[in-house]
Amino acid sequence: MSTSILTTGHSGPAKDQAMARRLGERRKRTDRILLWLALLATLIGLAFLISILATLLWRGLAAMNLTVFTEVTRPPGSGGGLLNAIVGTLIQTGIGTLVGTPIGLLVGTYLAEYSQGTKLGGAVRFVSDILLSAPSILVGLFIYQLMVLPFGGFSGIAGAMALAVIVIPIVVRTTEDMLQLIPSTLREAAMALGAPKWKMVLLVCYPAVRPGLITGALLGVARIAGETAPLLFTSLGNLTWSTDLTQAMSSLPVTIYAYAGSPYEDWVDLAWTGALLITFGVLLINIIARYVLRQRR
Amino acid sequence: MNEVSNEAATKAQAIPALQTRPETEASQAKISMRDLDFYYGDNRALKSINLDFPERQVTGLIGPSGCGKSTLLRCLNRMYDLYPGQRATGEAMMDGENIISPNIDLNALRSRIGMVFQKPTPFPMTIYDNIAFGVKLHERLSKAQMDERVEWSLARAALWDEVKDRLNTPAGGLSGGQQQRLCIARSIAVRPEVMLFDEPTSALDPISTLKVEELIDELKRDFTIAIVTHNMQQAARCADRVAFFYLGEMVEVGTAAQMFTSPRETRTQQYITGRFS
Amino acid sequence: MTPSMTAQRSRSALGDRIFAGLCRGAGIFVLVLLGAIIVELFIGGLPAFRAFGLGFVWGENWDPVAEEFGALVPIYGTIVTSIMALLMAVPAAFGIAYFLTEIAPMRLRQPVGTAVELLAAVPSIIYGMWGFFVIVPIMARYVQPAVIDTIGELPFIGALFSGPPFGTGIFTASLILAIMIIPFIAATMRDVFHTVPPVFKESAYGLGCTRWEVMWNIVIPYTRKSVAGGIMLGLGRALGETLAVTFVIGNANRIATSLFAPGNTIASLVALEFGEAEADSMKLSALLALGFILFVLSFIVLATSRLMLRPRAGH
Repeated sequence: MSTSILTTGHSGPAKDQAMARRLGERRKRTDRILLWLALLATLIGLAFLISILATLLWRGLAAMNLTVFTEVTRPPGSGGGLLNAIVGTLIQTGIGTLVGTPIGLLVGTYLAEYSQGTKLGGAVRFVSDILLSAPSILVGLFIYQLMVLPFGGFSGIAGAMALAVIVIPIVVRTTEDMLQLIPSTLREAAMALGAPKWKMVLLVCYPAVRPGLITGALLGVARIAGETAPLLFTSLGNLTWSTDLTQAMSSLPVTIYAYAGSPYEDWVDLAWTGALLITFGVLLINIIARYVLRQRR
Repeated sequence: MNEVSNEAATKAQAIPALQTRPETEASQAKISMRDLDFYYGDNRALKSINLDFPERQVTGLIGPSGCGKSTLLRCLNRMYDLYPGQRATGEAMMDGENIISPNIDLNALRSRIGMVFQKPTPFPMTIYDNIAFGVKLHERLSKAQMDERVEWSLARAALWDEVKDRLNTPAGGLSGGQQQRLCIARSIAVRPEVMLFDEPTSALDPISTLKVEELIDELKRDFTIAIVTHNMQQAARCADRVAFFYLGEMVEVGTAAQMFTSPRETRTQQYITGRFS
Repeated sequence: MTPSMTAQRSRSALGDRIFAGLCRGAGIFVLVLLGAIIVELFIGGLPAFRAFGLGFVWGENWDPVAEEFGALVPIYGTIVTSIMALLMAVPAAFGIAYFLTEIAPMRLRQPVGTAVELLAAVPSIIYGMWGFFVIVPIMARYVQPAVIDTIGELPFIGALFSGPPFGTGIFTASLILAIMIIPFIAATMRDVFHTVPPVFKESAYGLGCTRWEVMWNIVIPYTRKSVAGGIMLGLGRALGETLAVTFVIGNANRIATSLFAPGNTIASLVALEFGEAEADSMKLSALLALGFILFVLSFIVLATSRLMLRPRAGH
């Protein structure tokens, strides 16, 4: 058997067990410190979540009763609820989603199916990504310039349009991601049967990713339901009952904003109740969206 | 018995190309496995394995996919510790200590038992830093000593001449075969006693494969080697002793010559003659 | 080709053309949309730009009464709060991502991960309210006085932590912003860390690395670009955040040395003063000009982040 050259001069000094052990101890210590730091960070994050939810529950439930849902907003000290705000949010969010989702769907389809490698496709994807994270206050200012100033007033429809603009890039992203997950074999099978491309997309691709598309729409709804800034410049808020889209329209986030910053205790209480409603509504939609996506698997 | 020798005769005719190593003298076991069981959750993937890994020899582990050979290899450096739900019971004794025992210092263990994986894994750093990385974990060397170690490892991995002028370039720039030899050099640099190879050439082209096999032949002068391979010719070429696994059991173990010309078990024969893979 | 096949071909070709046209049209619409936003903001801000020139960007005065507007205070506030938020958020987010990918037992990963994602879904106005009603009193009663009395006494650095403990101010706003973007950055980092092939990590463990050494030496360098992109994305979000900041920043139009002093960001200033801006007024134009500046800032950050996250064009 040939002699080992492991401990000869070529490879350096012989193994120093003591040094290895010392190094090992130090490295283990570092590892442990980082472990505790990571745990601390996670606990702090969870503490914030619990604090937020607990505060919402505690202060929001305090003023919660049926009148919140049956009465419209009234001046401080005269009772009042959030009915017009809730309805206003439902209307504007609904229209915003109805307008934004189909557009986002078409753009996402364009990116996944028709834009392979083209410069236009690259540009559209880039712009969509920018819009996805752009400050929503700017969308509000934009719609203000476009729809409020020329027509002389704040309106619910302007609010809905601002929300639609925010929804579009969300749906674009989920649509494109979902469509790209479809295996090419499925597409080829449809085309091989003689289906024209538009039928393949509508009748094979969309159904194949339906849960993902629904999730995208739901995530869009959850996002715009809680948006305040864009509405401040478009539908402004309305302290009376109105479902007129051409007039200023109330919404839950804007009402919360106005009430929370006010010096009136009952308004502040109602603001908390509204905050509770919005947050748990948004969280619920998120959980449903997650559930829908998991069903797919 | 007649059946078996007839089978063996047919088999010897069927695979004449399996050149096995000249028989090496028996040496004592570096690692001794006794009654080793392995579980993925509740699923018993390895059943009462008893196997010796002789010192400074190559032990080959062969068998069809899913037979447990990789699982066994990964027991030796406790790789399964990374994954909750995977556990082993039994003994794998090296120098009087049980590798499977929970009291073992894993970092120290892994400085004595190195592993090369199927896919080359150059770290996102320069070639020099790749080699130095493992060494720095366990030793404190001066710059000159580290340079020496880097050169020594790369030379032993038959890579020095190809990279000596570009030690400070990213390792990702090497070809696949070179990357794998870099990984081998990286493991050697730590100066382990045992080296584990998990299908080291299945992702490489034939020329690189040959180079790695030559390397393994060289390395066994200093290291105890265990190699998992699904390529029987490779096992025949490289291994001194071969163990055949099937469905989590070790069916047979013997010298390469014996296993490939006159195996005792039917299942071994069937595998060798390609009845199943 | 038989006549029947030809007829069919033109029918489906029409269908294809219409649908493809619709999709392409929608794509072009998105481009036009962004262009329109840029144009409208610029046009709206033009009177202010023309009145104050480039000095608008450096103007320190925000005086609606004298009709003198300068953007320096809100720009300063935007940049300072965002950067400070990032400084606080990134280590925390990293810790959470490290915990989720390497440390947490399997059973905890799903629920904690979901909790983090739910935090990211909470509307920003909630963060603002919570910040105002919960954090500000704590800051005013405990944290700020303590810091002012200790660090505030030191030379040089002390100036950063001086002043009456209102509880609101630039620092509090940064804190709330940080809490807001932590879940977002953490989720991005976690997803990115998961893309490292296990065999790379096993190689490092096989050499005897500890968990932290694998993360620091292998995972982070491997995912460096995507992590940076994710952080930039978080910065982009922080820049434009309105409601979380408006409640707690204190609404003052001057730059002070102390981080505990009130201030304004572009978003909070626009939100707060919009109500009193009449149409066609210089004030409105100044606000829109601020919006344009915010857009430019966000665009630069978001475009940079995208370059890091999606290096291949048309991915």
